[in-house]
Amino acid sequence: MHAIVDAFVLAVKMIFTGDPEVYGITARTLEISISSTIIGALLFVPLGCLIYFNNFRGKRTLISIIQTCYSLPTVFVGLLVFLVFSRAGPLGVFGIMFTPQVMVIGQVVLISAIVTGLTISALSGVSPAIRETAISLGASRVQSVWAVLKEARFAVLTAVMVGFGRAISEVGLALMVGGNIRGYTRVLTTAISLETGKGDTALSLALGFILVALALIVTVLANRFLRVKEADVARSQGSAS
Amino acid sequence: MLEVKGLHHRYGKAEILKDIDLGVERGEVFVTIGPTGSGKTTLLRLVGLLERPTSGHIYFDGYQVNNSERTRLEIRRRMAMVSQKPAVFNASVFENVVYGLRIRKENGATLRHKVMNVLETVGLSGYERRDARTLSGGETQRVALARAMVIEPELLLLDEPTANLDPVSTSHIEKLVTDVIKKSKMTVIMATHDMFQGQRLADRMGVLVAGQMLQTGNPGEIFSSPRGRQIAEFVGMENIIAGIITSNEEGIVDIKIDGNAIEAISNFSVGEAVYAGIRPEEITLARAKESTSARNSFPGEITRIVLFGPLARVEINCGFPLVALITKRSAEEMKLQTGDRIYASFKATGVHVIKG
Repeated sequence: MHAIVDAFVLAVKMIFTGDPEVYGITARTLEISISSTIIGALLFVPLGCLIYFNNFRGKRTLISIIQTCYSLPTVFVGLLVFLVFSRAGPLGVFGIMFTPQVMVIGQVVLISAIVTGLTISALSGVSPAIRETAISLGASRVQSVWAVLKEARFAVLTAVMVGFGRAISEVGLALMVGGNIRGYTRVLTTAISLETGKGDTALSLALGFILVALALIVTVLANRFLRVKEADVARSQGSAS
Repeated sequence: MLEVKGLHHRYGKAEILKDIDLGVERGEVFVTIGPTGSGKTTLLRLVGLLERPTSGHIYFDGYQVNNSERTRLEIRRRMAMVSQKPAVFNASVFENVVYGLRIRKENGATLRHKVMNVLETVGLSGYERRDARTLSGGETQRVALARAMVIEPELLLLDEPTANLDPVSTSHIEKLVTDVIKKSKMTVIMATHDMFQGQRLADRMGVLVAGQMLQTGNPGEIFSSPRGRQIAEFVGMENIIAGIITSNEEGIVDIKIDGNAIEAISNFSVGEAVYAGIRPEEITLARAKESTSARNSFPGEITRIVLFGPLARVEINCGFPLVALITKRSAEEMKLQTGDRIYASFKATGVHVIKG
């Protein structure tokens, strides 16, 4: 019991005294996760649009596969990225194994399905009349897609936030392809797992608090967007009745 | 301005439009009327280049609309469409109205000016910051109209713009069409199932029934001489009586018909030749002259009674022929018979005055 209390006190001290180790790891974590989220959003929100707005054979099957991949195990993605980027792998020539870059690549792969899939869901929540309206007012194809995307903005933002949550909290992938190198590829999750193994529970706990705090901020922001949306809907319904 | 040749459209096996030929002149208000499901919306969607016809050609301003996405977009940008149940973007009224200008890459000071002007025109000044989704049906329709008008389209397509509106909002929208749009250079094609609305707004009308354009002409022509039973039925105007306006006092007119005078509400001026249209169901019958609020009451003789279902169709000669539609039960209770003398009454507001 004493050990836990001691660790807790130490953890709080580390956070509030600005321990360089703790803050270095936090900064790196954010840097990697935010990078992968931005890249993921830039790639997979448009991909979701492309899938949603085009009709082709096997579209339903594709969407089912994407939804299945929401729960892709991080270690499995880690394994794939490892096989591709390790020295002997097809992209081994780049020599980026055990770097933050490869971790970003891995996280982008990891969140691809969830961002694509939730973007598709977000778009299907918008009435087809919106796109028709845009077109009838002179929108080009791209402009009409943009109009729909704008209508779905809150839901699309939520998709991106969920992607960020997944990226920042995963540990298997970061460990396998990042290698948990101190001061280089060590992030919150890998550090917690290592320090706990070493018995440094105070550092683990401090890092854990920060991770939870970050996750909490993301959730609160996501919920806030959702609530703004719901309030909008409620308001419009209220006035209609 | 717009010409349609041999337009044919099918959804699956259902033939929606059959061989439509149509020409609309620049600056004209062309109203296509027809019952629900007759293909009016499809016709507007094809003309508005939202869909491609199964076969047939559309000429806009002399150019044949081809299949190239680029030319279609270019031509589409010269028109605008307002649908029956307009969707608004989840944004302010201002953002909704400015949309068409934004996508045409217009900007600068004129943008705001144009939007404010058009909002004033449709009577929504001060609404620019309101969330467009909190508006009433009539207001939403006016936003939709403003959103289309602000583009200053050469061709404005209106699909039953008042179908879901209350009478006040309806007359507001109609006023916009007659007072603002007709005075601008816009050419309008409008769909409606309301015969009288068509008559009030149209320069020319086309009757679309079951995918076929059965008759086109000016409203008076179509009312007075419907070509064929289908149109007559749709027009629903069995009583069409030619006459001349003899007085007009603040909108209450007297129409002289063979020595009789019918009172009606209309804006036609003295001396104009008109048709008075009265729906058979708006005529009531009585044995004796009663004191009633109905301004028109004529004695006459029953020439024929036809029963069908719960209704009785009574033909009366009052010096001019009138057809009344009453229930079979009242015909029985009144013991109506051919040759009976009777009074036929209808309200001044029940008379639809059409240009002769």
